Amino acid sequence: MTKTRASGRTVGGLRTLSLQAPAVTLLLLWMIVPLGMTLWFSFQYYNLLMPGMTGFAGLENYEYLLSDPALWAAMGNTLLLVGWVLAITVVGGTLLAVLFQQEFAGRGIARVLAISPFFVMPTVSALVWKNMMMHPSNGVLAWLAESIGLPAVDWFSSLPLTSIVIIVAWQWLPFALLILLTAMQSLDEDQVEAARMDGAGPIAIFFFITLPHLKRAISVVIMIEMIFLLTIFAEIFVTTSGGPGLATTNLAYLIYIRALLDFDVGTASAGGVIAIILANIVAIFLVRMVAKNLED
Amino acid sequence: MTTLSSKTTAPRSVSGWRSAQSKRILLTLLGWSVALVIFFPIFWMILTGFKTETAAIADPTLIFSPTLESYQAVHARSGYTRFALNSVAVAFGSTFFALLIAIPSAYAMAFLPTKRTKGTLLWMLSTKMLPSVGVLVPIYLIFRDVGLLDTRTGLIIIYTLMNLPIVVWMLYTFFKDMPKDILEAGRMDGASTLQEVFFLLLPLTLPGIASTGLLSIILSWNEAFWSLNLTTSKAAPLTAYIASFSSPEGLFWAKLSAASTMAIAPILILGWMTQKQMVRGLTFGAVK
Repeated sequence: MTKTRASGRTVGGLRTLSLQAPAVTLLLLWMIVPLGMTLWFSFQYYNLLMPGMTGFAGLENYEYLLSDPALWAAMGNTLLLVGWVLAITVVGGTLLAVLFQQEFAGRGIARVLAISPFFVMPTVSALVWKNMMMHPSNGVLAWLAESIGLPAVDWFSSLPLTSIVIIVAWQWLPFALLILLTAMQSLDEDQVEAARMDGAGPIAIFFFITLPHLKRAISVVIMIEMIFLLTIFAEIFVTTSGGPGLATTNLAYLIYIRALLDFDVGTASAGGVIAIILANIVAIFLVRMVAKNLED
Repeated sequence: MTTLSSKTTAPRSVSGWRSAQSKRILLTLLGWSVALVIFFPIFWMILTGFKTETAAIADPTLIFSPTLESYQAVHARSGYTRFALNSVAVAFGSTFFALLIAIPSAYAMAFLPTKRTKGTLLWMLSTKMLPSVGVLVPIYLIFRDVGLLDTRTGLIIIYTLMNLPIVVWMLYTFFKDMPKDILEAGRMDGASTLQEVFFLLLPLTLPGIASTGLLSIILSWNEAFWSLNLTTSKAAPLTAYIASFSSPEGLFWAKLSAASTMAIAPILILGWMTQKQMVRGLTFGAVK
């Protein structure tokens, strides 16, 4: 009995290995090769416009990058962008999840409409907002402002980063809503009912029952959004190209400028390493949380 | 939910019924206003696609004579079909390969787990956290050297690898939910592993596999970092095509709207259909 079970396990182990081999090998290559190259380039002199200048650069690319005011501007913009979008989508998403959990006429359709922006490709949402919504003379927002007697705002020249935040938050609010709404379904209605019987008002119920119940889903939303928001690219690419000046250049866009516009592979790679480190700090927490969930 | 509805339909008194009723009306108003405000840019885009260019930049109005002018112009002048075909090829191609590679892997993890299975799953998840911009330079250079820049094959490779962790995870959660007894019974009847997979596992988990595939299609269709950086014209999918409207000389709102509406419509509908199952894949099963 023990013998067959033991041999069965080895066969199973072998089968498991061979069945997983394609996925594991490909992902390993996908991770190791570019990562290794980025790391290697970051220590090299490597500019596609200066083919003669090559060789080991030591930490020079990092020194150059870290002393570049553009990097700090980009880091600041990245933090502001991530921070504001997170604040808007998490607070807004939680409130909307509570709202769309209530029974009302046509709730199903209203939910679907509210979730829709998440499925719109980033280049479309950015251009629709930039032109039809935020255009200083022909946009809907300008028309709204003028019809209540306010001056129209030239969004992308006077509030460039705010404009990007609005567009990105519009795309990610539905994501937070979708996840939190799903988490709401497992809320224990009896517990809410019991609290209501004990005289708890809606605000108390929200803070003492709903919010604690959503705690884990909210942290998952925060971490997943952080990973995507750290490297927002297309929305900036099609609206401001990082400008005016550096006003909307985030880390991802700066690396793109250094790599594909300045052809400075070394510095761009050093920037890439910094982006990877930042993302990993977030990733560690997310992976831990998912691991904990696997045990349940 | 049942407790909620039974409460509203079985009130204790007339005044209770009235307040429940007015609360419901208030909620309906609030819910719908919020939903319409969020949906408004999409609605406006769809509307603008049916306007003439002059009407598109005029003062906002709901009353205008609709025209298909912009749709025709987009088709005739820019070769919209070519970009759409690139999107279809890349989204379906990458999803096909991701499923092909992921199904055996997820099968092994769900039915033949070893001590290392959990670690492997978490490691796969962690590859998804690598920011694309961190590996932009090497991927660009490799693609340039092997001639994959601006090819569908190149994008299919990238998207397959990009979605592989999510696809494995999602399939794993669906396979794990399947009752083991059924596979066991099949084995008792003398089914080989292949028969077991093709005649029992795949048919029984088809809805799960379908929603995994749909999520992969949605993610590939909407991906805009690699498509903007690795394609120029030949293999450019819709994300890159729409981006070409950002140049100042391309400021044609009605045409932009018509092209955008066509580009997002299929995915919007797929998204509506699969929103529930998508949560599983998007959160790696951490929210159910």
